[in-house]
Amino acid sequence: MQQQVSVSQSSIQRSVAWVTRRFGRRPSDLLFRGVTFLMVLIVLGLVVGVAWVLVTSSMPTIEQFGFSFLTNQAFDPVHNIYGVEPAIFGTLVTSAFAMIFAIPIGVGAAIFLVDFCPRTLRLPLAFFADLLAAVPSVIFGLWGFLILAPWLNTSGEPWLAQHLGFLPFFQGQYHGLGLLAAGIILTIMVLPLIIAVSREVMLVVPTVQREAMLALGATRWEVIRYAVLPFARIGILGGIILALGRALGETMAVTMVIGNQATRPSASLFDTGYTLASVIANQFGEATPGLFLSALLEAGLIIFIITLITNFLARWLITSLSQQHRPGGRGV
Amino acid sequence: MNTTANPFQSRWSAHDLRRQAGNIVVIVFATAALLLAVGMLFYLLFYVLRQGIQFINLDFFTKLPTPNGEPGGGMGEAVQGTLILLGLASLFGVPLGLFTGIYLSEFGRGRFANAVRFLVDMLTGVPTIIFGLFAWVLIVVPQQTFSGLSGGVALGIIVIPIVARTTEDVLSLVPKEMREASLALGATEARTIVRVVLPAALSGIITGILLSLARVAGETAPLLMTAFGTTFWNTDITQPIDALTLRVFVFTESPYQVQINQAYAGAFVLITLILIASFAVRWATGGFKRRGR
Repeated sequence: MQQQVSVSQSSIQRSVAWVTRRFGRRPSDLLFRGVTFLMVLIVLGLVVGVAWVLVTSSMPTIEQFGFSFLTNQAFDPVHNIYGVEPAIFGTLVTSAFAMIFAIPIGVGAAIFLVDFCPRTLRLPLAFFADLLAAVPSVIFGLWGFLILAPWLNTSGEPWLAQHLGFLPFFQGQYHGLGLLAAGIILTIMVLPLIIAVSREVMLVVPTVQREAMLALGATRWEVIRYAVLPFARIGILGGIILALGRALGETMAVTMVIGNQATRPSASLFDTGYTLASVIANQFGEATPGLFLSALLEAGLIIFIITLITNFLARWLITSLSQQHRPGGRGV
Repeated sequence: MNTTANPFQSRWSAHDLRRQAGNIVVIVFATAALLLAVGMLFYLLFYVLRQGIQFINLDFFTKLPTPNGEPGGGMGEAVQGTLILLGLASLFGVPLGLFTGIYLSEFGRGRFANAVRFLVDMLTGVPTIIFGLFAWVLIVVPQQTFSGLSGGVALGIIVIPIVARTTEDVLSLVPKEMREASLALGATEARTIVRVVLPAALSGIITGILLSLARVAGETAPLLMTAFGTTFWNTDITQPIDALTLRVFVFTESPYQVQINQAYAGAFVLITLILIASFAVRWATGGFKRRGR
């Protein structure tokens, strides 16, 4: 009995030793590495799978319509003609609106956090700015639908029409819901992203640089203007592109306030409209297999490609900043 | 820039005044910008919490919505559904994210690891509705029914990159000496990781998981075309399942005041969850960093 145990033990030991010799690692390590690697492969498979599913499922409309999918005005399941021109227009207008307002406010807030804020308040305020990013988009949508849009309808848009009505942006009927409401919501939603990235890259700027400027008699603003911003410029641009990607792909909040009605694209922000993402969110329920389903997936594919490009650019800009800037790199 | 620092000149020349004025304008603008961002947060929180708290009661968590805006009822099925979806998402996403993080921190060297890191990063930037579409095409369309399972898969994909990156970050904070000490004592590589490295970073890893779950608890878009929502009790994950976010979305646009009130209550619950998670994460990461140094 005892002999048998010792024999089997030694055979296990021998095979363990053999595996260790043969592969250079012990079997338990090989197993752990194997499991880890398998999980990584599954994750990679998912990433590739998402792209593959989007491309293959939108093949029917790609073959049927080609590039006219991007320029066609109709999204018409009845006649089986699909195009997303109004949706692309709505996406671009609302995102552009958000960027125009979020960039100065976001960079300004970051400047405050890094250079003007009392030291003890810096971290709490940065935390609160980050917290704004954690608010679920459906809650922005709820606020936009129940408070912002009615207010725009009765007060905001009439005021704009009265005082700025000569601009092409503020003409036409008031709806409350529409491009303006979506733009405002997006502005608030991308703010924390711009603040966080700008703050991070401005913190990277060497203190010596600021102190040198101050010693020359520069004001605080001149320090930022000539010593901080030139260094942080590229990183801030990265943050802005990241925010743009977020704005282009935002679904829920925009879907709830943009009105989801096709109007002829005009310059007026009072118009209702839709975005690529809101088309998907609104139409998937009725989608029938075939061209309809394929059209929705192609809209998704367009969002996917755009956000891949923006993310890639942003990442490249932000990392290039941290590698490039060493003390004594670029002068003021 | 003013290069003439003439000591005999008056201290406040017109040029200097302009500079000082510019300085003040920027300080005022920057302060206003931050107050606007933080003020917006507090306004939103205050608004949702004040509106929502009036309609929070036991019924909200235990009863189904009433049809046609009759008074009473709750969102019990949505609370239950959100918990089920979170369970599915962590079942699917946490192991994948965790092991990817371990790989990136412990084994990942060279081009392949960089490619993995890059793709995981890309995953965080993709709008979540895309993952909804993915699960929709892969699971809902072939099954011909919306299902909790497909919702869990969509949310799970969102969990992966968050868990992977936080795991990688906290594992790389574990001192190299600890690994070397363990290996020097004769522990195998796998044993070192499981018994030494992971426990040392445990609070950080749990933080990352919590963060990712708080994040997906607030997701709506990927659930639209997967879990879909229902106003009945359902624990069968092959059938449509409700979620707080879905119910808030539908009831916000409801014509009945009762349902709008319930949307506020649902928003209250969501915001509370996210506030708790955010503060817990901040507290935990602060604690982690103090110990790590």
